[in-house]
Amino acid sequence: MKGYVLRIGAFAALLAIGAVSATVRANYFARAAENQPAAISITIDNFSFTPKEITVSKGTKVTWINHDDVPHTVVSTDKKFKSNALDTDDKFSFTFSDSGAYRYFCSVHPVMTGKVIVR
Amino acid sequence: MGNIIKENLNPDGIDRRGFLKCMAWAGTGALCVMQGGVLKSYAFGAMNKHDLMGADFAFAQISDSHIGFNKAANPDVTATLREAIAKLNALPQAPEFVIHTGDLSQLSKAEEFDTLDQSLKSVHTGKIFFVPGEHDVLNDNGQQYLERYGKDTKGDGWYSFDHKGVHFIGLVNVMNLKAGGLGDLGHDQLEWLERDVKHLKSSTPIVVFAHIPLWTIYPQWGWGTDDSEQALSYLKKFGSVSVLNGHIHQVMQKVEGNVTFHTAMSTAFPQPAPGQGPSPGPMKVPEDKLRSVLGITNVNFVRGKHTLAVVDSTLQDRSMEAMPAKEETNQ
Repeated sequence: MKGYVLRIGAFAALLAIGAVSATVRANYFARAAENQPAAISITIDNFSFTPKEITVSKGTKVTWINHDDVPHTVVSTDKKFKSNALDTDDKFSFTFSDSGAYRYFCSVHPVMTGKVIVR
Repeated sequence: MGNIIKENLNPDGIDRRGFLKCMAWAGTGALCVMQGGVLKSYAFGAMNKHDLMGADFAFAQISDSHIGFNKAANPDVTATLREAIAKLNALPQAPEFVIHTGDLSQLSKAEEFDTLDQSLKSVHTGKIFFVPGEHDVLNDNGQQYLERYGKDTKGDGWYSFDHKGVHFIGLVNVMNLKAGGLGDLGHDQLEWLERDVKHLKSSTPIVVFAHIPLWTIYPQWGWGTDDSEQALSYLKKFGSVSVLNGHIHQVMQKVEGNVTFHTAMSTAFPQPAPGQGPSPGPMKVPEDKLRSVLGITNVNFVRGKHTLAVVDSTLQDRSMEAMPAKEETNQ
């Protein structure tokens, strides 16, 4: 009988912890959504990526848009993502699900490099 | 316009001390005659008939046609390509063949290559040779380019051929480019090149052509090739090496020892001089100036003297057509 009560207590405690942790997670995501939009743009102007380096949170969708008169590409140096040639005003998007540092470049004009840091 | 080498201590090697900068900027006409390691440069008016007399054969170079480009810098690149072809067809000595040094298309599209092919049919010449520019190998690693223009080539499209005692080498430096790097030839192509020239006599004149310059012009804009020195090291034994490139859409020349480097104008649009603009992208000039910054390159080879005369002329420049008449009056 005593053991049964204890078990109920432990179960209740677990539920409580779970509830708290769910609340913490919900708050975390609410704050993340407020401070950090889930979509980010990187522009390509005059043969450079702007911003050249950016930090985003996990799950962010990053969109590159080419404003130059010449085609560019967005290619991860680790082969994680790769766009086709982007003509003027063409876009390419990639959603970063895992944390890490992602270096990329334009495979047509490899002097153009950039970095996305995912936290 | 240009200078004459004052000191050339090592005619067989790449000699940085005796190096000459002969820059013929777009909009001007210049004649550079190369004999051994010595280059003489003339403005068009100062040309002597002996400089071109007895030329064994002539060939021509066109570059950077960018068919498909339609932005402000030139809304009709097909029209200016056709004007360049008309200039080729009006040369005093018909070119035995024409070399296109890449960026045939803007976006590697089939219809762009079709338009180029259609236009080039009207060139009065024996054959047209190609090397790809970075715009010709987008999205498919150059598969379409190879099917259309590289049937008898090796690797990504490199090859060599002999013409009247001159050894021509077409190289590809726009594939598998590395982040932060410049143009790239790669290990396989370098190995092939070393083998290709190994058994040639050192007196054989060599002409190398590739899209991106094989000398470092302005690395901040990617105007150079990472492993070009390795390639040139295989050509050290030759008395006469001429390197023809495109990519930078303007005429630039340099002589280092036995090697003469030359870049051609585009048939489509100009680009700024190194560092003289926000980027190496298309440069808009007033409409009435456009044809003074587009053009063709004509090369005359004189056997025996190993003389290669490189003449650049713009679409609006009439001096090439006028030249034979002028030579006669000089006589």
